[in-house]
Amino acid sequence: MQRLVVIGAGMASGRVLETLFETDPDAFAVTLFNAEPRGNYNRIMLSPVLSGEKSFEEIVTHSDDWYGEHKVTCRFGEKVVAIDRARKVVVGEKGEVPYDRLIVATGSVPFIVPVEGRDLDGVITYRDLDDTNRMIEASGRPGSRAVVIGGGLLGLEAAAGLRLRGMEVTVLHLSGHLMDRQLDEAAGYLLRKDLEKRGIAVMTRASTERILGDTRVEAVELADGTRLEADLVVMAVGIRPSVEIARAAGLAVNRAIVVDAQMRTSDPDIYAVGECVEFNGTLFGLVAPLYEQAKVLANCLVGKPGSFSVRELSTKLKVTGCDLFSAGDFSVGEGREEIVLRDPSQGVYRRLVIENDRLVGAVMYGDTGDANWFFDLIRDGAPVAAMRETLIFGQSYQGAAPLDPMAAVAALPDDAEICGCNGVCKSKITGAITSKGLTSLDAVRVHTKASSSCGTCTGLVEQLMALTLGNAFNPQAVKPMCGCTDLGHADVRRLIVAKQLKSIPEVMQELEWKTSCGCAKCRPALNYYLIADWPGEYVDDDQSRFINERVHANIQKDGTYSVVPRMWGGITSAKELRAIADVADKFQIPTVKCTGGQRIDLLGVKKEDLPAVWADLNAAGMVSGAAYGKALRTVKTCVGTDWCRFGTQDSTGLGVRIEKFMWGSWTPAKVKMAVSGCPRNCAEATCKDVGVICTDAGYEIHFAGAAGLDIKGTEVLTQVKTEDEALEMIVALVQLYREQGHYLERIYKWLKRVGMESVRAAVVDDAEKRRFYFERFVKSQETAQRDPWADRASGGVASHEFRPMAEITFKEAAE
Amino acid sequence: MSAWHEIGLVTDIPRRGARCVATPFGRIAVFRTAEDHVFATEDRCPHKGGPLSQGIVHDSSVTCPLHNAVISLESGEMRGPDEGRVRVFKTRVDPLTRVIELSLAAEAAGIVEAAE
Ligand SMILES: Cc1cc2nc3c(=O)[nH]c(=O)nc-3n(C[C@H](O)[C@H](O)[C@H](O)COP(=O)(O)OP(=O)(O)OC[C@H]3O[C@@H](n4cnc5c(N)ncnc54)[C@H](O)[C@@H]3O)c2cc1C
Ligand code: FES
Repeated sequence: MQRLVVIGAGMASGRVLETLFETDPDAFAVTLFNAEPRGNYNRIMLSPVLSGEKSFEEIVTHSDDWYGEHKVTCRFGEKVVAIDRARKVVVGEKGEVPYDRLIVATGSVPFIVPVEGRDLDGVITYRDLDDTNRMIEASGRPGSRAVVIGGGLLGLEAAAGLRLRGMEVTVLHLSGHLMDRQLDEAAGYLLRKDLEKRGIAVMTRASTERILGDTRVEAVELADGTRLEADLVVMAVGIRPSVEIARAAGLAVNRAIVVDAQMRTSDPDIYAVGECVEFNGTLFGLVAPLYEQAKVLANCLVGKPGSFSVRELSTKLKVTGCDLFSAGDFSVGEGREEIVLRDPSQGVYRRLVIENDRLVGAVMYGDTGDANWFFDLIRDGAPVAAMRETLIFGQSYQGAAPLDPMAAVAALPDDAEICGCNGVCKSKITGAITSKGLTSLDAVRVHTKASSSCGTCTGLVEQLMALTLGNAFNPQAVKPMCGCTDLGHADVRRLIVAKQLKSIPEVMQELEWKTSCGCAKCRPALNYYLIADWPGEYVDDDQSRFINERVHANIQKDGTYSVVPRMWGGITSAKELRAIADVADKFQIPTVKCTGGQRIDLLGVKKEDLPAVWADLNAAGMVSGAAYGKALRTVKTCVGTDWCRFGTQDSTGLGVRIEKFMWGSWTPAKVKMAVSGCPRNCAEATCKDVGVICTDAGYEIHFAGAAGLDIKGTEVLTQVKTEDEALEMIVALVQLYREQGHYLERIYKWLKRVGMESVRAAVVDDAEKRRFYFERFVKSQETAQRDPWADRASGGVASHEFRPMAEITFKEAAE
Repeated sequence: MSAWHEIGLVTDIPRRGARCVATPFGRIAVFRTAEDHVFATEDRCPHKGGPLSQGIVHDSSVTCPLHNAVISLESGEMRGPDEGRVRVFKTRVDPLTRVIELSLAAEAAGIVEAAE
């Protein structure tokens, strides 16, 4: 097998490898170097990570599993220091690797403005995850201020993200208007206005003189003497291709590494791809052409024909609410005419530039609905005279084409480009939908890559799906939590963490709830999410709990309550039974019943009596069984080695231990567990949310069973040898579920949604992660493990729940 | 039967919560909304008699704890497609002392019926 070495695991080389493995998975043994201590991720989505709209995990494009599957030798966190072309080896910081073919994909580095103070602490650039994390960290200090140098795409995305995280942000831009390379003045003005509305200060024609501070940055001084206080300075003025190792190796390097249309450098065994290359005098800074290069290069490696050419590019800004688009050349000049449309009340601006009856440039702000159509006109160089009068209104005004956006999509030619980032055309998407039977947006993303990068074309892709699938496609695949919001549970959970929302009013405000204080569906869900995500910090909101969890008993159809004390692992004693019998007599409790979870249910208790009933049960050493809660319910056990002649382990002991460790915790839905002492499974562990089957070899951990409306056997998570390991595994599993589960989603449904692989990756495969989840559970138990009955029996907590506030006698009423 | 009965302070009821008042004609639920408006209704859901005082209070509505019927506290009507109405009682709050007063007058005749 030929040895292929790749320097740089970035967006360009990632696409090369994907295409290569798709065409010929066994052609090369690949070694991949990356200076960053991680594999490939979607760099352009760092901005949503910065703003908190996405998590880093969501933008990872190649997981460890993926590299493993393709047998890529990963040397992440290791920089390549030299290429020895004579010996055909790459020299990494930790050793050499020989190559038959080599790809240089080192991308670029941010350009640092050569001013005094650029080395101070707190002066950073915006290129990778570490930069992003540094910004997130800096924004965590209340009242801190950021100065962003550079009002281009990167600078503005950084500014918007930092602002969303609560920083005071000023953008300094050298030229007269923002994004001057992509926008004209009018669009730049609208953009500025939009940013200022968000509380971002913008200074144009602002030239940075120096950065002040001792060891840390304190201020930025401009050429005109203005001084801006700053705790963080982000430099985003441009990029410089990373070409040092290529140049040192004697490859032809101009402004970047010179390549031909097959991406070959001046050494026929060495290729280059991405932002580090120069082709026909052109440099690259957006992903669309890089993906094009990647495809050509992957094909070339396996001997397939193809050649790269430079095409028109378009730009969008990924700042939610700032819709802009620009493409082509929109400078005015001899022989050019322009068409402008403005709607100031809507903040809409469109400008088209026409030359020789062809559209050559377009700038749009505020309403970019027709962007792709204009972009196609520019790229195809189609004559526009026939529609000259209405051109500016967009596609829907042309000829017979009706106003309906669906019809507009239907009318697009098969080769119309839908996804600019990945160069995916309409027929490729519709073809994949039909031939592969795709029905979800995610599936289309996986198979065609359309809308998987910057995501701005998601709407178009969805329209295509609706068109192709008809009613079978449900774009609202995300079901809103309830009528109060359009967000689904997953989004809400993610945003609570990302935006650090710590109270129900905060969640409702920040996530734009449509009602003033929610409803009976969303409030309990939010209350749970906040409890789970901010243990010890969030104060449980009783009024957002269902009555059962508010009064810690189960409401019955006649308005009375049932009371179930805990019996650890199903074990009780004469003393407890006596106390239960006494309570039943004293409060004239009509029904006493054994439950399926091995404990005793007292049914028909009057609400007023609850605190007194609890006081008596507490006195006998019993606590709430949480039989009313979305919480840990029971741990059912069989008798195990203590008594049973088949028993292999102390199943009762383990059951008791689990229950004593985990009681009191709240979960997305109820959690029932069981421990069986041998595979005969007397405790019925294989239909529980979590079950353990003891064997001679140890403990088999099961989960995701169901025995309610749905009946489902458990799945085996893993096997462990000791009781301690079993406990740690179960606790970590439940904590993962606590952090990911949607409210009221039982474990088996959660598993179905997230997949076994992700659960195993979090709690089985990685001991460190398992420990992490275990410890978070322990942390949350510090505040959760309190007996709610004891709190209320003493009359201290929530006493208003159990007494009428007033009594009006017959005499008073008759007055 | 036109008297106002003092039943306690606004702060005796948790925000977005409810408490009961026992009367010879049956239990009355008294609600306090997020904005401190006070409403009173009969404590029986028009659907299957669930105790509305145990429900979740949101906006000026309560969701019944038994089967999630949503009832307007202002009119007593069930919201949404279902039909049904619970009796409402007049309340007033003294702006200085924040004492709630409840009137059984308007609906007194009805309560006897409902309490059966
Ligand atoms: C915040 C942000 C937002 C962006 N938004 C957009 C957008 O909306 N649309 C768009 O089209 N483009 C966008 N871009 C640009 C886009 O991300 C880049 O064009 C693209 O990532 C370049 O890909 P690449 O593979 O050439 O380089 P990179 O993705 O930078 O990968 C190069 C990799 O090589 C590694 N490397 C470098 N030198 C060495 C060495 N000597 N040894 C080992 N490893 C080395 C680096 O660590 C890096 O991981 C954005 C960029 C940023 C930073
Ligand atoms: S245009 Fe960016 S993902 Fe399609």
